Amino acid sequence: MDAELTLTVDGRRRTVTVDTRTTLLDALRERLDVTSPKKGCDHGQCGTCTVLLDGRRHLTCLALAVAHDGAEIVTAAGLGEDGALHPVQQAFLDHDGLQCGYCTPGQVCSAVGALDEAARGCPSHVTPDLGEDVEARTLSDEEIRERMSGNLCRCGAYAGILAAVRESAEAQA
Amino acid sequence: MRELTYLRPDDAAAAVAAVSGDPEARFLAGGTNLVDHLKLGVARPGTLVDVSRLPMDAVEEVGDLPGPLGTGLRIGANVRNSDLAADRRVRERFPVVARALLSGASGQIRNQATTGGNLLQRTRCVYFQDVTTPCNKREPGTGCSARGGHARYNAVLGASEECVTVHPSDLAVALAAVDATVVVLGPDGERRVPVADLHRLPGDRPQDDTTLRHGELITAVELPDSPGARRSGYYKARDRASYAFALVSVAAALDLAEDGTVREARIAWGGVAHKPWRATRAEEELRGRVPDEEAVRAAVRVELEAAETDDQTAYKTTLVEGATVLVLDRLRQGGPR
Repeated sequence: MDAELTLTVDGRRRTVTVDTRTTLLDALRERLDVTSPKKGCDHGQCGTCTVLLDGRRHLTCLALAVAHDGAEIVTAAGLGEDGALHPVQQAFLDHDGLQCGYCTPGQVCSAVGALDEAARGCPSHVTPDLGEDVEARTLSDEEIRERMSGNLCRCGAYAGILAAVRESAEAQA
Repeated sequence: MRELTYLRPDDAAAAVAAVSGDPEARFLAGGTNLVDHLKLGVARPGTLVDVSRLPMDAVEEVGDLPGPLGTGLRIGANVRNSDLAADRRVRERFPVVARALLSGASGQIRNQATTGGNLLQRTRCVYFQDVTTPCNKREPGTGCSARGGHARYNAVLGASEECVTVHPSDLAVALAAVDATVVVLGPDGERRVPVADLHRLPGDRPQDDTTLRHGELITAVELPDSPGARRSGYYKARDRASYAFALVSVAAALDLAEDGTVREARIAWGGVAHKPWRATRAEEELRGRVPDEEAVRAAVRVELEAAETDDQTAYKTTLVEGATVLVLDRLRQGGPR
């Protein structure tokens, strides 16, 4: 069965007809030539396919494209404005938060989503007290590691990723 | 992957009608487990009925629940795990629920996974997920590869000859400790299922994870307020610090009298059985006693008299005993949720 759907990807409205079995990741990469989200494990274990979907970090491998008709998607390629890097992207560069770079678009989208969650006061598994007010600016290293645990880096650039996310967190208003 | 018809009905009754009328149809919500099963060949539905946009996405105050106070929260089945864990009312009145959710999966998956879908996720038994191996749950009558295989994740309570796996949900364990009720819509209307009766032991029908009939849809979960729910917590033991399923987990809710003795303790274990395991014998042992380490260890050992272990799973009884001591000690001391 085929289905027509419309997605807004990095600000562009795109209409595409896909087989209903197509994942959102394959629709983006294979049909719309949006190759910023990467295919790693394709089973929701590595986080490399992470995008922001309707403003939240979201895996695209464990999602059927047809179920997300009308969604607004921002990939790492669409995070920056007017050709400039997003501050989180710049922080990854400044802190060597990558080696081969394959996981980086997912890491960056996940970091942007995680910082937004913290800014909205969402607690995490390691938040000492559920009654406390969480804020992005004061996230501990333990908090950042926990909140980024859905993104694997096989090069092991975690030390740089942690530093990049911490700097981005501290820069939050 | 099999050809797939995709439907997105406008209301819950239409969704129920679509699935109940077609044995090859399945509900789709967040998709974090089902889409993976489509790829693996573990699930082969002919039709998916998408319920993810149905307006079952609010957390509301209710005043007509069974229980000592009558008040509580009604959680729509489509409330995302991340939103439920962040809800101030849940954090204050049902910390065990927030803690269990936050211990599960990753930030991305918690944004996608729904309340109803979390309860209906299927086992992560490696043999269930590997279609090249026999598995009675996936393919009834083929045998159990986990028995005598890579067994360290297996059940130690309530297993059967046919199936030795455990339920993977953290949320379900927490709900068992706060006596939640699941609201279910079927072709004949709505019914309420105490969460303890939602999941089942495998017996000779391991293919059935729950007591729901085909086409029944979870529309909401109701959490009744209680003094114990306010003093509740969760501990999850796992192979790595984050983003892993439980080896064992403990959810507990504790209501103490003024002299420090137990008025009521509710204890549920994850990772030990095919369903969240309410440790009712341990709860009875603790009633009227000060829940110090000695008393808790003794109570847990009474519950574990029924445990069956082998050299790969023996660690689980030790681990669940220690975890129960730890959780009850924290709850007894009070302090941060």
